[in-house]
Amino acid sequence: MIIGLDVGGTHTDVVLLDKHGLVNEIKVHTDATNLFKTVLDGLEKITLGVNPKDIRRIVLSTTLTTNSIIQGKSPEVGMIVSSGPGIDPMLFRTNRHYYPVAGSIDHRGRRIEAIDHHEIKAVGDILKKEGVRHVGIVGKFSARNPSHELEIRRILRGQFEEFFLGHRVSGNLNFQRRVATTFFNAAVYPIHKKFFLAVRRSLDQQGMNIPIQILKADGGTMNFRSSIGFPGQTIFSGPAASIMGATAFAPKGEDVLVFDIGGTTTDMAILIDQAPLLDPLGIELGGYKTLIRSLKSKSIGVGGDSVIRVINGKITVGPDREGFAMVYGGSTPTPTDALAVMGKLEDGDTEKAFSGFQAIASALGVSVEKAAEMVFDHACRQILTEAEAMVVEINSKPVYTVHELQEGYQVKPKKIMVLGGPAPYFADYLEKISAYQVKPVPRWKVANAIGAALARTTCEVTLFADTERGILTSPEEKFKKNINADFSREKAIKIAYDLLRNKAMETGADEEDLELELLEDQQFNMVRGFHTTGKNIRIKAQVKPGLIHRYHSVVEKLSE
Amino acid sequence: MLQAKRKTGLVFFPAFDWAIDPTHPEREERLLYTQDQVLEEGIFDIEGITEFKPDLVTINDVNRVHFCVPDGWHVMTESHFISAGGAKTIGMAVLEKKVECGFALVRPPGHHAMRVVHGARGFCNVNIEAIMVEFLRAAYGVGKVAIVDTDCHHGDGTQDIYWHDPNTLFISLHQDGRTLYPGSGFTNEIGGPNAAGTTLNIPLPPYTSDEGFLYTIENVVLPILDDFKPDLIINSAGQDNHYSDPITNMNFSAKGYAQLTEMLKADIAVLEGGYSIEGALPYVNTGIILAMAGIDYSNIREPDFDPEKIRQSSQVTEAIKEVGKAVLENWRNREQLKDRMQKAASGRFSERMRRIYYDTAGITEFQKEKIRICRDCGGALKIDTSADTGSKVLAVHIPIDACSACIEQGRQWYEEAGSDRFQKAYLQNRPKDKYYVKELFQR
Repeated sequence: MIIGLDVGGTHTDVVLLDKHGLVNEIKVHTDATNLFKTVLDGLEKITLGVNPKDIRRIVLSTTLTTNSIIQGKSPEVGMIVSSGPGIDPMLFRTNRHYYPVAGSIDHRGRRIEAIDHHEIKAVGDILKKEGVRHVGIVGKFSARNPSHELEIRRILRGQFEEFFLGHRVSGNLNFQRRVATTFFNAAVYPIHKKFFLAVRRSLDQQGMNIPIQILKADGGTMNFRSSIGFPGQTIFSGPAASIMGATAFAPKGEDVLVFDIGGTTTDMAILIDQAPLLDPLGIELGGYKTLIRSLKSKSIGVGGDSVIRVINGKITVGPDREGFAMVYGGSTPTPTDALAVMGKLEDGDTEKAFSGFQAIASALGVSVEKAAEMVFDHACRQILTEAEAMVVEINSKPVYTVHELQEGYQVKPKKIMVLGGPAPYFADYLEKISAYQVKPVPRWKVANAIGAALARTTCEVTLFADTERGILTSPEEKFKKNINADFSREKAIKIAYDLLRNKAMETGADEEDLELELLEDQQFNMVRGFHTTGKNIRIKAQVKPGLIHRYHSVVEKLSE
Repeated sequence: MLQAKRKTGLVFFPAFDWAIDPTHPEREERLLYTQDQVLEEGIFDIEGITEFKPDLVTINDVNRVHFCVPDGWHVMTESHFISAGGAKTIGMAVLEKKVECGFALVRPPGHHAMRVVHGARGFCNVNIEAIMVEFLRAAYGVGKVAIVDTDCHHGDGTQDIYWHDPNTLFISLHQDGRTLYPGSGFTNEIGGPNAAGTTLNIPLPPYTSDEGFLYTIENVVLPILDDFKPDLIINSAGQDNHYSDPITNMNFSAKGYAQLTEMLKADIAVLEGGYSIEGALPYVNTGIILAMAGIDYSNIREPDFDPEKIRQSSQVTEAIKEVGKAVLENWRNREQLKDRMQKAASGRFSERMRRIYYDTAGITEFQKEKIRICRDCGGALKIDTSADTGSKVLAVHIPIDACSACIEQGRQWYEEAGSDRFQKAYLQNRPKDKYYVKELFQR
């Protein structure tokens, strides 16, 4: 059996699955001030009467790191950045203890200017005085050559509790994002580690010596051990859980839009042949763009509890929210209240919804019933418009080869899957007003927890070969090797796959879920003075996000 | 958060799968390190910088500018449709005010491609700036355009296309033609009799450094632009004036290019040449983009940058001042020069004969060009062209603002063309935005 747990803003959903389907599903109240208690509460309730030995894995998706960053409650972190020429690194400042230092590496990974040891020691002294215990070290082009980051750490070793090196967060180029990502990792490290150690200890005490997997923003998982150094990857795992929940039921070989209609927002994403589309670079949070792998998703301020207004005879929905819908005790009318007026809700105080809609109806000059319909219609159309804009944006993403420009894949969804909700009503109505085939995700109330439970372990590696310099390197994987002039693309691909397989297994993958694919496969002849002097090879490979194979039968059962 | 002061559009199309041939300077690798630098600097993340996917140009867009022999499909490769399309995309984004300015970082380049195209010259098949400009004229009614070509090689293709157009000011700054391909671009090349003075050449001596380039921009180019008052300024942004370029002899730096960009304030920049793909392009392109967007570029520099090493000599400084004087004099006297040229022409027409060599394709072309002397428009133009490929065609161009007499003249030339002398006749009827081809079968 496996457990999936997804902490949401108000509720935490927990499911227990076995090979025959959903054994149990529960909801517990989310206590934002005590997520530890929330998680344990959920786990305790779902395992009531279950033999711990029968549980093979637990996947947790929490808002811990996201909240910590948004609320800015993280402890003091020191940032040492070595950029060399280019855009002024002070423009990328992440926090108070931020120190640009000397040292420069160029685009091919060659050292241009050395690190100044005296300067680093001096910065170290300042950071210690400032009470910093965790230090992020980021160099420009460290994804090509990490030696300066390593050198800075060597100089400061023993003086700080933990170091976070920029080249370990991603193989992608983007200095500013590398700085932000490293900062996030360093900032949430203590809270993340403390939290999961506590969960681990508590489970062990209950005799549940079960591996814990943590859901990431890309819809994949990693084990607790490998998450410690990279807790930033768990940011925004909530939307990922929902999308993975839809993935379980998505049709093969088709493009599908997924809407997760929550209280405050609607999150939307795209599935291509049952796999979520990923963001090419990474997530954006708190005004910072990062290199944290994530699903390509868009969040708009239209949800079940969005505030409805009538301005100059025109309806607006959201983007703000003022608590619950009136039908559930709130004080401003919302799309959920519209559903109540339309007679689509089974619970709540429908009369309150009616009274709330009076003002809207009179402002629009129509009956209360008509006003509710108009509001619901408006919300649905707004969601569709935004979704279509997202598809256009994805299809207009620039490509860099003639081949891709001519043959590049264009996303053309004809189906929509809805969860959150209430999903069935949204699905019906969306289908009525559009050309899409729209269906609620089966088990839409807990599909997010199911998505977490079934998500497989994912990761990515980037390999870079420069035969003119005789270097093969993947700094993110601490891999470096000397190569000869005859080194080939084929060899590079094999090595990239080997590195990827090892990384996946170390972060908790199951051998049978290693669905590997190339994301980038490029080779350039390097020509200097009309002679070919070497090859420049770039390979990027990933474990494709998706579901664990072992539970395919579960999905079939759940769809019934 | 880093924010652009001017909303700037970028098309980045490095054509990673296209080359003239594997070891040619115009090859797959050319923008590889520029891509690395631009990605690492996070240029596309800057608020106010938008990356656009290039549209493809159509054959109609090409035919507005060129007479392709035998036709556009034989001259264009996929990559040319995209690189010209990249320029067009930026042009549209600027005209539609999606952005204030833009840079098409595309390849292959185009400024050596002339009006008649029998094949590739100087790594260029079609003129991507001219295709963009004429599209913008047809689609948005753009009038006066200035093209400032800062590639190290004389922009002889663009010069040829706008030689007779008084509404397009073409200014080329380049290494002196006595020392570099294509060997033209001297101060006395000032345009045809209907457009004298709107072609200006500024040949700079070898080893011109930042000082010389910026002096010329400030004291020669900007005052002329102020006078001309163009609706649109285009920069053919070649980057081979860089001190590390392998096929030229100039001493310009990345920061110098950024300063030039800031001073010129072009609406649209289009990448032309530049073959120091590791030592120059990554830094020059980053500098140009930041300067266009109004972002501080003062910390952009090449790893081996040493201002002392590339400082220009006093002789170079003097020579540059002399050239600038001559150019300004031509500009001030343009009306007199025009009068003199029109009077010098025997009767109603002016003719010139030319031999044009296509170095990239290895083709030699012979042209006999005839223009109607006209005070009211650019003048009807007839080109009788043959090449050692065996092609022999007549090309007739009626300018976009043509007067009725020139329209009539153009039509007449086209109708008269017979199979006795030509295999084909072409007509660019720009007022109607139509392109006609007449197949002439030889008996």
